[in-house]
Amino acid sequence: MHFKPVSLTVAVCAAVFSATCAAQTIFPVTRADIPVGSHFDFKVEFGAVVDPTQVKVTINGQDYAKVLGKPAELIAREDGKEVSSLLLRDASIRKPGQYTVEASDGKTRAAVTWHVYATAAKPVAKNVILFIGDGLSIAHRTAARILSKGIEGGKFTGKLAIDDMPYMALLTTQGTDSIITDSANAAHAYTTGHKSCVNALGVYCSRAASTLDHPKVETITSLAKRRGMAVGAVTNSEIEDATPAAMVAHTRRRSDFNDIVKMYYDSKIDVLMGGGSPNFLPKSTAGSKRGDDVDYIDLFKKADYKLAISKTEMLAAADDAKTTKLLGLYNTGNVDGALDLKFLKKGTVAKFPDQPDVPEEMAAALKVLSRNKKGFVLMVESARIDKYSHSLDPERAIYDTIMLDAAVKQAKDWAKAHGDNTLILVTSDHSHAVSVVGTVNDEEPGSELRDKVQTYAEAGFPNYPAPDAQGYPGKVDVSRRVFMTFGAYPDHYETLRPFMDGEFVPTIRNAEGVMVANEKYKTVAGAVLREGNLPNKGARGTNSGVHSGDDVVLTATGPGADKVHGQMENTDLFRIMADALALAPQESGAVAKARKK
Amino acid sequence: MSAIDRESGRCLRRTFLFSSVLLWTLTARSADNMSLDAQLSFDSLYKSVGVLGTQYSERAKLLKGKVIRMRGYMAPPLKPESRFFVLTREPVAVCPFCSSDAQWPSDIVVIYLKATLGPVDFTQRIEVTGKLEMGSWTDPETGFVSQVRIVDAGVSTL
Repeated sequence: MHFKPVSLTVAVCAAVFSATCAAQTIFPVTRADIPVGSHFDFKVEFGAVVDPTQVKVTINGQDYAKVLGKPAELIAREDGKEVSSLLLRDASIRKPGQYTVEASDGKTRAAVTWHVYATAAKPVAKNVILFIGDGLSIAHRTAARILSKGIEGGKFTGKLAIDDMPYMALLTTQGTDSIITDSANAAHAYTTGHKSCVNALGVYCSRAASTLDHPKVETITSLAKRRGMAVGAVTNSEIEDATPAAMVAHTRRRSDFNDIVKMYYDSKIDVLMGGGSPNFLPKSTAGSKRGDDVDYIDLFKKADYKLAISKTEMLAAADDAKTTKLLGLYNTGNVDGALDLKFLKKGTVAKFPDQPDVPEEMAAALKVLSRNKKGFVLMVESARIDKYSHSLDPERAIYDTIMLDAAVKQAKDWAKAHGDNTLILVTSDHSHAVSVVGTVNDEEPGSELRDKVQTYAEAGFPNYPAPDAQGYPGKVDVSRRVFMTFGAYPDHYETLRPFMDGEFVPTIRNAEGVMVANEKYKTVAGAVLREGNLPNKGARGTNSGVHSGDDVVLTATGPGADKVHGQMENTDLFRIMADALALAPQESGAVAKARKK
Repeated sequence: MSAIDRESGRCLRRTFLFSSVLLWTLTARSADNMSLDAQLSFDSLYKSVGVLGTQYSERAKLLKGKVIRMRGYMAPPLKPESRFFVLTREPVAVCPFCSSDAQWPSDIVVIYLKATLGPVDFTQRIEVTGKLEMGSWTDPETGFVSQVRIVDAGVSTL
């Protein structure tokens, strides 16, 4: 069963004009939740070129321009095509309530309903820290708990910081286009409170030809900055990647990295840390990925950002009491994950030996952001849980889950020491098809790889060494390991052992364009060819594991966290943050009157 | 489903439509001819790769404008009919596991072929021979920006 956002539109259309119905599409889509005073683009897409005199658009029966404060532009032929659109940028509604929008071109009519809400009038929290374990699923959490805490008498000997929270909810993650989401529209749901479609950030997915022309909605960064707060985003992915980009970006295509760098700059976000430096460099600089000669490193510096390109520089910048804006770029690509960074020294560690991990980035961000007395919003992402799950590399994904946990523990300690007025939310943007099904025991007799798999009582307990202070076992290639398996995968050689020489590359496209198992792993002792269960040919061919549509867990602590409970939409998380910070209070009568004058 | 929709999670499938793609003819060169050219590797191309840019090695600078040989792996081409492709240090099924087409490794070399190329196994190491170019260049057809190129190139399998 699926529900399209235009279902109401179609229903009205079918009922009223069943003969020749090509219903309008209205943005924001039906059932959108919109904070009062927040900015959004209002767009009506007609199915054909319309006669302007026949166009009638109302909101709750009134002329739309009166409700939205200004008239829209009627574009006769959008993008040169035989279709008209009505477009109003930066609309807003000041009064909470249900709003029914009806649009007619004289022949067909469509309607959507919006829910406009006001947040609390006064903030209950000074700061919000939103943790996102990208792709973090139940199995990652369980595996991290096993490695980090151990079990005695059938009980875990301690709680993960991400578990040790008073409030918990299940979040659904689907978008306007599909039951499966990606990191773009999933993070967008958190940072805007609106649903969108795969690959989209800060916009609804319309028919606009340019990826940058789709109807925009306001981000939490913009709302918080309007109230004088500081905002930050730190990650171990490229900083332009979808999750951190959702803090500022408005594009239909998450891969518009160069545009996203500009959007960061324009947003005046205060702290920005991760990898992905080439999109900041002018094309004349060797190593740049820009198509123009704009030097964003220079622009950020001129806008009073301290620049850090190593952990050492980051620590020094954060310690400097004068630093209120910080740009940290630590790798040309993604920052290395915890297993490579701390233990194996693989990946790009030789090339970039002084990269911070996520908890270190976060600690620096907290120092800088907390210099703003009006409070801050900080997104902290452990990005590579997802990337390593795509590459079917369980150990790296689990170590990066432990890294997320270390950051959360640190944030909770920080919040306690700084007034207990910080709302901390820990969640994932989507899940992966992963599950802990037992252990792999090298000592188990048998010639086949599958003989080493132990289930039920035989699984017993793995023999990782006791974890260090941050929760990481110092040895990952133990003889009895957690078996975290993947349920959706391309052709690959399964080895059931950690990849000590670098991240797993399971699948390669061959000369015929078919995704095939990477022969590099064929000679690993015991390797078995696993025929994939995902498409492997043509445009739909997949070379990695994929996201799943399972719900994700949200845990929360701090003021405002009590609203986290039961089963919620991912967009509800935005509202919890907006409420805690009172980002969209209803105007008092006096303010509204003054505005009218 | 639009091209845009296909991007995420499956890494760039949209740009690699392979249906009737492989119409190229392999431009093989004999080992004898190659020995006359200068060899350059991914390791010897750069003096350093840093956050704020890369530094070319003295050897690479010396070989600029000259015919060189370089070994690596062919990434599936950006456009089926294109005569250019990306040479990478390791085989990639096009930027494996990355979420968008902006995420190529930073040490790629773009190859402009002098003739169309027959089917190449992307897991097979190849050697490219052609003239070394350095400096920013935006491909007029695709908008793909490259810093290092080998032009008028031929390819042989190893």
